[in-house]
Amino acid sequence: MTHISVTVDGTVYEDEVEPRLLLVHYLRDRLGLTGTPVGCDTSNCGACTVELDGMSVKSCTVLAVQADGGEVTTVQGLARDGAWTPLQRAFHERHALQCGYCTPGMIMAARDLLRENPHPTSGEVRQALEGNLCRCTGYQNIVRAVLAAAEETTGETAGQDSAAGDGASGRRTASGQEVTA
Amino acid sequence: MIPPAFDYVRPDTLEEAVRVLAEAGEEAKVLAGGQSLLPLLRLRLAFPELVVDVGRIPGLRGVREDGDTLVIGALTTHHDVVHDPLVRRYAGLLAQATETVADPAVRHRGTLGGSLAHADPAGDLPAVALALDAELVAVGPGGRRSVPAGEFFADYLQTALAPDELLVEVRVPEREGWGFRYEKFHRVSQSWAMVGVAALVRRADGRIAEARIGLTNMGPTPLRATAAEQALAGAADPGAVARAAGSAAEGTRPSRDASASPEYRAHLARVLTERAVLAAAGTG
Repeated sequence: MTHISVTVDGTVYEDEVEPRLLLVHYLRDRLGLTGTPVGCDTSNCGACTVELDGMSVKSCTVLAVQADGGEVTTVQGLARDGAWTPLQRAFHERHALQCGYCTPGMIMAARDLLRENPHPTSGEVRQALEGNLCRCTGYQNIVRAVLAAAEETTGETAGQDSAAGDGASGRRTASGQEVTA
Repeated sequence: MIPPAFDYVRPDTLEEAVRVLAEAGEEAKVLAGGQSLLPLLRLRLAFPELVVDVGRIPGLRGVREDGDTLVIGALTTHHDVVHDPLVRRYAGLLAQATETVADPAVRHRGTLGGSLAHADPAGDLPAVALALDAELVAVGPGGRRSVPAGEFFADYLQTALAPDELLVEVRVPEREGWGFRYEKFHRVSQSWAMVGVAALVRRADGRIAEARIGLTNMGPTPLRATAAEQALAGAADPGAVARAAGSAAEGTRPSRDASASPEYRAHLARVLTERAVLAAAGTG
C-alpha cells in the first residue's frame, strides 16, 4: 500500500492505496464520487475525464498514486452553492445530452478548451472534443452548448469558475472523517 | 479492467532511478506519463513486478537550446512540446506531428520520451525523430550515452535502451527554412496511425534540394523512405513529386492486421508521401 494525499473538489483526502488503483476507481469506489463514470476503460471514450493539476486527463489512465499531492476537480466540483457554471447550464439548455453518460467528460474537456481558447470556432470545439465519444451521436448539440457557453461569458469564467467546488473544504480520510479543518 | 498487482516506487533523483532499475533488471517498467503503459497494464499485456515512476524527477522536463541543438527533456509532455516556441521555430515537424497524437487529455499526460521509449511502430513520434535526425540520450549505471534515432529503434516495441537505462533527453538539430508535414491515415481521429509519413523538405532555386522522409507503421520499427528521398532531390513540380513518392514503400516490411494488408499500407505510404512532400514544399 502507498500513502497518498490528494485534494478532490476542494477536500483533502489521505489514504492508503494499492499502486495499481486507477484514479477513476479511487474517485468512485473509495470517495463515492460517482459523477465521473467509467466508459470504455481503454483510454478512448473520455467519459472519465477529470481535471488533474489544471489539465484534463482520462482518469482511467492515471494511477491514484500519480495524483498524490495533486488537485483533482471532477464534474461534481464545478457548481458553487448549487449554482451551475455557464457550461453546465448551456449543456442543459441546449439539450446537449441524451443518455448523459458522456456528459461529465464532455463538460470537463470543454472546460479545458475554453480556458485555452475562450472563443473557439465550431471546428475548434470538435477538434478539442476528439477524445470524447458520444454514442448517442449528440455532437451537434454538444458543440452548440460549448459555443453558447463561450458566448455567454468572457471565457475565463466559462472555463474556470468555481474550481473549489461546492463541498466544504476540509481534510478527510476515505471513510469521510475530517482530520483537519 | 484492473491492472495486475505491482510494487511501486517513485525515485526523487535520476541516480536513484537508475539504481532501482539496475536492481530490478527485466522485472521493472518505467512509468512516465503512463499513456502507453497504463493501457497495457489494464489489458494485462504487461506484468511488471515493479513500476518505477520517474514522473517527478527534476530536470527532465522542458526545452532548451545547446548551441544549434534543441534539447527536449524526456518528461516534456506532448502538450508542452506542441506549445513550445523553440520547438515550433526549430523543429516545426515535431510540434505539428505531436498535435496529432491521440487527443488533448492524453497529450496532457503523455511524454515525448515515453512515446519514443515505448517504440510502438504505430506511434507517430519515432518516425519524426528519425526524419529530424534526433539523438536520444540515455543515462545508466555507466553514465550517459547518446544514440542516433536511426539506431535507437531496434524492433517491435524494442529499443537500444538497456533495462537499467533511462531516456533523459532528445536532442534535435535546429532546422530553419525547411518545410515540414506529418500526414497520417487512421480510422477515427484519436486512433493509431495505419501509416504515417513525416516529411522535411529543403528547397533551393524552385526545386526540392533535399528531402527527409520518416515512415510510421511500415515495419516493426520506423523507417526512412530512402529511395523516395533520393528521387525527390531535384523535383521541380507536383508530377515529379508524385513519381518520386511512388518509391516510398521500397524496402519496407509493413504488417498485416485487422485494419490493413501490407499492400494497402504500401499504397498509403505512397499516397501520404506525395501529400506530405507537397505540403512540406509549400510551408518552407
